[in-house]
Amino acid sequence: MKFIDEYRDPKAAARFARAIRQITSRPWTIMEICGGQTHAIVRFGVDELLPQNITLVHGPGCPVCVTPVELIEKAIEIAARPDVVFCSFGDMLRVPGISKDLLTVKAQGGDIRIVYSPLDALKIARENPSRQVVFFAVGFETTAPANAMTVYQAFQSDIRNFSLLVAHVLVPPAIEAILSSPANQVRGFLAAGHVCAVMGYSEYEPIARRYHVPIVVTGFEPLDILQGIYMTIRQLEEGRAEVENQYTRAVSKDGNRPAIDLIRNVFEVVPRKWRGVGEIPASGLGLKAKYVAFDAEKRFGIADRVIEESALCISGSILQGIKKPHECPAFGSTCTPEHPLGATMVSTEGACAAYYRYRRVRLSDSFFPQPGD
Amino acid sequence: MCLAVPGKIVSIEGEDSILRSGRVDFSGIVKQVNLAYVPEAKIGDYVLVHVGFAINIIDEEEAQKVFEYLREMDDLAELEGSEAV
Repeated sequence: MKFIDEYRDPKAAARFARAIRQITSRPWTIMEICGGQTHAIVRFGVDELLPQNITLVHGPGCPVCVTPVELIEKAIEIAARPDVVFCSFGDMLRVPGISKDLLTVKAQGGDIRIVYSPLDALKIARENPSRQVVFFAVGFETTAPANAMTVYQAFQSDIRNFSLLVAHVLVPPAIEAILSSPANQVRGFLAAGHVCAVMGYSEYEPIARRYHVPIVVTGFEPLDILQGIYMTIRQLEEGRAEVENQYTRAVSKDGNRPAIDLIRNVFEVVPRKWRGVGEIPASGLGLKAKYVAFDAEKRFGIADRVIEESALCISGSILQGIKKPHECPAFGSTCTPEHPLGATMVSTEGACAAYYRYRRVRLSDSFFPQPGD
Repeated sequence: MCLAVPGKIVSIEGEDSILRSGRVDFSGIVKQVNLAYVPEAKIGDYVLVHVGFAINIIDEEEAQKVFEYLREMDDLAELEGSEAV
């Protein structure tokens, strides 16, 4: 496929890897923000091409993974109502709540439908005027234009049986939370290319200056990631801390202006809880007062519900880059994609699920009998 | 979740800027995509599509930059290598 295959050329990857070895003089820890990048790194073995003194740690950029138990429980409560059609991206259905997940609610008779786009949920609302249709709006800035447009269209068409359970999160406050943690080891960041395709990257410049960290906007294919790592290490070795853009084919400094305008029309910045991390100020999006009629938490009277996280899994440390998946005692034994304890084992972009899928034989031979054993 | 896939616009319909949409070809799989956020997109352009929305047009010239960077890096390494000899 054009714009994909050419960025997976193994020979070019080897040239980048050689160049990275040549410029690396000491150990550096770099975090890729986005779960899509984590998946590509583990799938293509990008980390295995790097010198041993370069450590990649995996960031919080998986919206499925960071959605707190509180919102999962609210989703379960709404989805179980007989008058509701609950629409969601497929990944969310297996994220564990306190005692069950959305898939269990579906099995027990809840009308839960997996959709590809929020516009599909709006279509279901138009076609079923006697039912309440709720869309579980999870996502980072990349997904915000789609959800903003859906609310805007519902408002313009006066569709009253449609609402959003909003779980939107933002990348820059998460980077700041990681950098201000005393446990932080991260010296440079690969910023999430598609988040920046929407938002641009000027909001990262004050962060790079304040914490003196290089931030390189990076794409998702192996060559993109290797070039992003090279550019980050070059800055670190030269003592620079700037925002650079590797992903120029999709990202401009100012981002997508019409998309940003509609996001700002529909949403406002709010504090949000992150799974395993806790509340981060000004780290999410919520509906503006003008669109409050589309807020499912208010419509179903559950906005004030507070539910605490369970301490079963270490996904909070994994999402902050403090621990790696195989350092968890439950990894691959009591926690698997079939029976996940935490969301990082559910989503294909979760670090635990990626390690389980691509690394489990090597990392945990003792847990898994080989075929034929 | 933030997966966005490149595809080629094969048709465009809808005058309304909000409802502007088109058919986008992902190597044989064709899907209807909202084009409201890429008002300047034309048939034949490649767009990045996320949950049914084109979030940007892919810049064909910039798409070559990774390979130009690689060539410059190789030249530099060669230069440094020959200086070392």
